[in-house]
Amino acid sequence: MNFEIAELVAVAPEITLLSLACVVLLVDLFICDSCRIVTWLLTLGSLLVTAAVVAMGMGGESQILFSGSIVRDAMGDVLKIAILLITTMVFLYSKEYQQERGLYRGEYFVLGLFGVLGMMILVSTHSFLTLYLGLELMSLSMYAMVALQRDSARASEAAMKYFVLGALASGMLLYGISMIYGATGTLNVGEVANAIQLQSGDQDLNLVLVFGLVFMVSGIAFKLGAVPFHMWVPDVYHGAPTSVTLYIGSAPKIAAFAMVMRLLVDGLGGLVVDWQPMLIILALLSMAFGNVIAIAQTNLKRMLAYSGISHIGFLLLGVLSGTEAGFESAMFYAITYALTSAGGFGMILLMSHRGFEAEEISDYKGLAKKSPWFALMMLILMFSMAGVPPTVGFYAKLAVLQQVISVDLVWLAVAAVFFSIIGAYYYLRVIKTIYFDMPDEDAVASPQFGLDPAGLTLSANALVVLVLGLFPGQLMMICQSAIG
Amino acid sequence: MIELSDFLILGAMLFTLSMAGIFINRKNVLILLMAIELMLLSVNMNFVAFSHYLGDTAGQVFVFFILTVAAAEAAIGLAILVLLFRNRRTINVDDLDELRG
Repeated sequence: MNFEIAELVAVAPEITLLSLACVVLLVDLFICDSCRIVTWLLTLGSLLVTAAVVAMGMGGESQILFSGSIVRDAMGDVLKIAILLITTMVFLYSKEYQQERGLYRGEYFVLGLFGVLGMMILVSTHSFLTLYLGLELMSLSMYAMVALQRDSARASEAAMKYFVLGALASGMLLYGISMIYGATGTLNVGEVANAIQLQSGDQDLNLVLVFGLVFMVSGIAFKLGAVPFHMWVPDVYHGAPTSVTLYIGSAPKIAAFAMVMRLLVDGLGGLVVDWQPMLIILALLSMAFGNVIAIAQTNLKRMLAYSGISHIGFLLLGVLSGTEAGFESAMFYAITYALTSAGGFGMILLMSHRGFEAEEISDYKGLAKKSPWFALMMLILMFSMAGVPPTVGFYAKLAVLQQVISVDLVWLAVAAVFFSIIGAYYYLRVIKTIYFDMPDEDAVASPQFGLDPAGLTLSANALVVLVLGLFPGQLMMICQSAIG
Repeated sequence: MIELSDFLILGAMLFTLSMAGIFINRKNVLILLMAIELMLLSVNMNFVAFSHYLGDTAGQVFVFFILTVAAAEAAIGLAILVLLFRNRRTINVDDLDELRG
């Protein structure tokens, strides 16, 4: 157990973010309410500086550090940069919304930064212990963020539900980890994989491993929000302030994908025949329930929550194919979904005013007449979620389906296409409301194109979704080199 | 001599009890928090038993981390509970029905 200074270089991004988050916390204590913009700028700066540090350390072979508890590899670096950039966008979106609701406080930024730190640890984990710590750092920050709107009964109810179900998920995951530990005698992901290889013939030990695996997959499914462990998703998305929903609905999905990769692929890859059917059931149910129940929603936040559940189903399709190309397509899906989802919730933030939450789909009636530019952006985002070319959502779905077919699960691909056609209905309904319905007489003014951060971010976000759809090769290549 | 399986059975019983506590309980949110603590403790029981029988200390180290995180988790849970009571004047599980999924 020897410690080398050189190992610290590999975790420089995490150390940077931790120090900067502490700086933000301290600076925020000493500034007045009217100069809160300093905190905001410092937060954005911290995220960008950390992204730069990750980018500087990129390349080279994957290293396993700190007695096997941390791994630094190409996949981790790409996912970290994606998480940092998407969270930067989240903070750019939410400034005005927070100001108008008295939520523009240091806590939101500091908790957000610590949540990102948790996600980064989760991404670079190589032992069950660091995995648990990263996961809890991320989750605990998010529980507190949901409850940030202290005078809202809805937000505190959502926070309570999120907390109880999140803690239950952690408990199940831990129970699974304890079983795997008992069967393999190690907490290190790499050594677990070796131990499973060695004892593959042993029936008794295999039973214990599969028993642990069931609990582990349930815990992961809770965190991902896959059916039948999805109960918290719509309630939390609906009850939390929209700026927090935006945070929860985007970057943590990438972290959750990383968790699936580290646990199921890196650690329990030898049990692929056991976890593949479990993931098939989760994916199929998520796509079916997510898409069908979303049709019945009149609240846009709830609708996007159910749509998120169905997207998780698609993400799992890529993972369950169990091939390298499948993991690449799932990684592509996770990054592009987080981007599109950030845009969708960003639109709600942009439409909301003081004392008015643009949550209902009917609030978007006739948006095309009032602000044609943002209506167009919303059109791109909705098309991307539905999977209409030439947006990136189409390419992401195509890549995942190709991999499912390549492992001879054609029936599953057919089911996925069937459910995404059902899903297209409710996305198109939003577009119909925006373009073809008459605006209400008493409707409040809608956003005009200007130089405010939220509007610019939304335009950039939607255009990136479009450009990535036209030229997906670059990002796909990054994903390929990250996994291969 | 107490066998490893005895500890595992006890751990499984505690885990099942806490699951039942979370899903059957319809009265009080505080009991949910207690059930969550029990769940983490049942996992600790598993870890300590395995750690002893495998002769490997990593499991016991894990237990310390779980205990620490559980304390932080309880602090956040109780803070949310206080907030909930201020806003709703009740901590009855059945009354948490403003958001329906």
